[in-house]
Amino acid sequence: MAYIETRQLTVKYGEKVALRDVNIKIDQGSIVSIIGPNGSGKSTLVKAIGRSVKVSGGGIYFQDRDILSLGNKYLAKEIAVLPQIKRTPKDLSVENLVSYGRYPHLGFGKKLTRTDKEIVTWAIENTGLSQYSQRLLYSLSGGERQRAWIAMALAQKPNILILDEPTTFLDISFQVEILELIKELNKTLGLTVIMVLHDLNQAARYSDEIYVLSQGEVQHYGNPDSTIRENLLREIFKIEAHIYRDEISGCPYFIPYKIT
Amino acid sequence: MKFKRKGFNKIGIISILFWIFISSFFLSVGNGVVKLSPGEIVKSIFFKESSNFQIIWNVRIPRTLVAALVGICLSLSGVILQGIMRNSLAGPNIIGVSSGAGLFALIILIIFPQYYYLVPMAAFSGALFATLIVYILAWKEGAQPTRLILAGVAVSSIFSAGSNALMTFFPEKVSGTINFMVGGLSAITWLDFKMILPYAIIGLISSFFLPSKLNILALGDEVATGLGLNVEKTRLTFIILSSLLAGSAVSIVGLLGFIGLIVPHMARLLLGSDYRYLFPGTILLGASTLMICDTLSRVLFAPMEIPVGIIMSIIGGPFFLYILRQKEGL
Repeated sequence: MAYIETRQLTVKYGEKVALRDVNIKIDQGSIVSIIGPNGSGKSTLVKAIGRSVKVSGGGIYFQDRDILSLGNKYLAKEIAVLPQIKRTPKDLSVENLVSYGRYPHLGFGKKLTRTDKEIVTWAIENTGLSQYSQRLLYSLSGGERQRAWIAMALAQKPNILILDEPTTFLDISFQVEILELIKELNKTLGLTVIMVLHDLNQAARYSDEIYVLSQGEVQHYGNPDSTIRENLLREIFKIEAHIYRDEISGCPYFIPYKIT
Repeated sequence: MKFKRKGFNKIGIISILFWIFISSFFLSVGNGVVKLSPGEIVKSIFFKESSNFQIIWNVRIPRTLVAALVGICLSLSGVILQGIMRNSLAGPNIIGVSSGAGLFALIILIIFPQYYYLVPMAAFSGALFATLIVYILAWKEGAQPTRLILAGVAVSSIFSAGSNALMTFFPEKVSGTINFMVGGLSAITWLDFKMILPYAIIGLISSFFLPSKLNILALGDEVATGLGLNVEKTRLTFIILSSLLAGSAVSIVGLLGFIGLIVPHMARLLLGSDYRYLFPGTILLGASTLMICDTLSRVLFAPMEIPVGIIMSIIGGPFFLYILRQKEGL
């Protein structure tokens, strides 16, 4: 039994089919990346798992239970979602943002208890933001801001973390920093991670399992070695590439040289 | 633990607002054709022994209290709407409250003037009716804020056109509707107070439960959903709540919607965007603003009284423009 899976998941925007009969299975404690060209439905897939788009057919199952049958608050304690587009009030501090992560745990009066505050501090420490906790989100760099959002997700104390393009719009050093952080959290906390990534080499470097989507359907899934292949890059991503292997990490990577 | 320290300044501002609120009460009760000292007012309230007892107890106090509650209802309605629309320019007018209440009240005032006592009820149902239409029109797999605002503008202009048509067809009856259309607090009695009190209480109670939801809604629909908030349900209940609050207010004092736009703005400037502070600030500021404006409406051209809606707009309009130039976003 998979930890979280989709069964024949179909999502439509009006007439347009964004996802068709998508089946993915994700094991507990793994890092799974979803890749695909623009418009392949990869964002829609994580939005569906995050309950932000309506499912037209099939379903999403967490520990074999349909998530639509589970309460919102319960799911928020199990699954944290960081969408690509997030809004930040101008005067929001890191600590305040992270404390909002406790929302699903709060009782009737919505007051933070001492345990809640300890968890907020813990989440801030785990993302290396201790010295920034009183700073406004707006005054931080893109990488620090993304870390603050991840801290908010951690404060939910979830078992699954879903991220939609967590590195897009970031400088390369911040991209690595965020991916390293995600890997670290996966190792130390046993978080199951599902993320949409744009950069295929990064997906190969940081994932246990990769799902390749195109035109709303799963075209391939497997470990990085089985994914970073010349024919797959050609058919789905329309590029010709040379494939190499990083000697230290053992990960495959590619360098494209022309489009097909 | 630095959790407490940050909030101190804001709590300081809220306590200052509280004193302004108390002062506004005495200012409003004490000023008019007969001037009264705070001591006399207190004596009159607690010991009923003042030569001016009648004026204080039956005229000034109900009027001042209604002004305070109306201010609270409209301002709360505004702050809630700004929260769910994530747009600081949203106000009770944006969900059709004023235009709906206006049209329904005008129908009574112009076509069925013999049933003038039904005006509050008609205005109230008009406000709710217009809101409902706005919401239904905005619905398309969820009611997105932008769609709500656009639907609100469209529905408002249709309802206003209805009002204007009525006024054009029955020009001789227009003078009887002016008080309602600009909003005024003359001839307020304890009965009005009793009518609006339940809604004000609902508003005050809700302000304990709403801020945490609005805070996470401010992070975007997807984040809020991920945190376990049912965004659509929340948006619908909050819209109904703000319509109830604003509708109850305009049904008693007429179309005073503007206060629901500027008071939350002032509170935001003073207290920032955290709704846990914004709600108490808005409540105190809303009550104070209307009590002060109503006092001005009685005192400025005494013994003549100008409708408080005019005062609100004359002072509020320029002030609002000033805010717009000062701050962007928030």
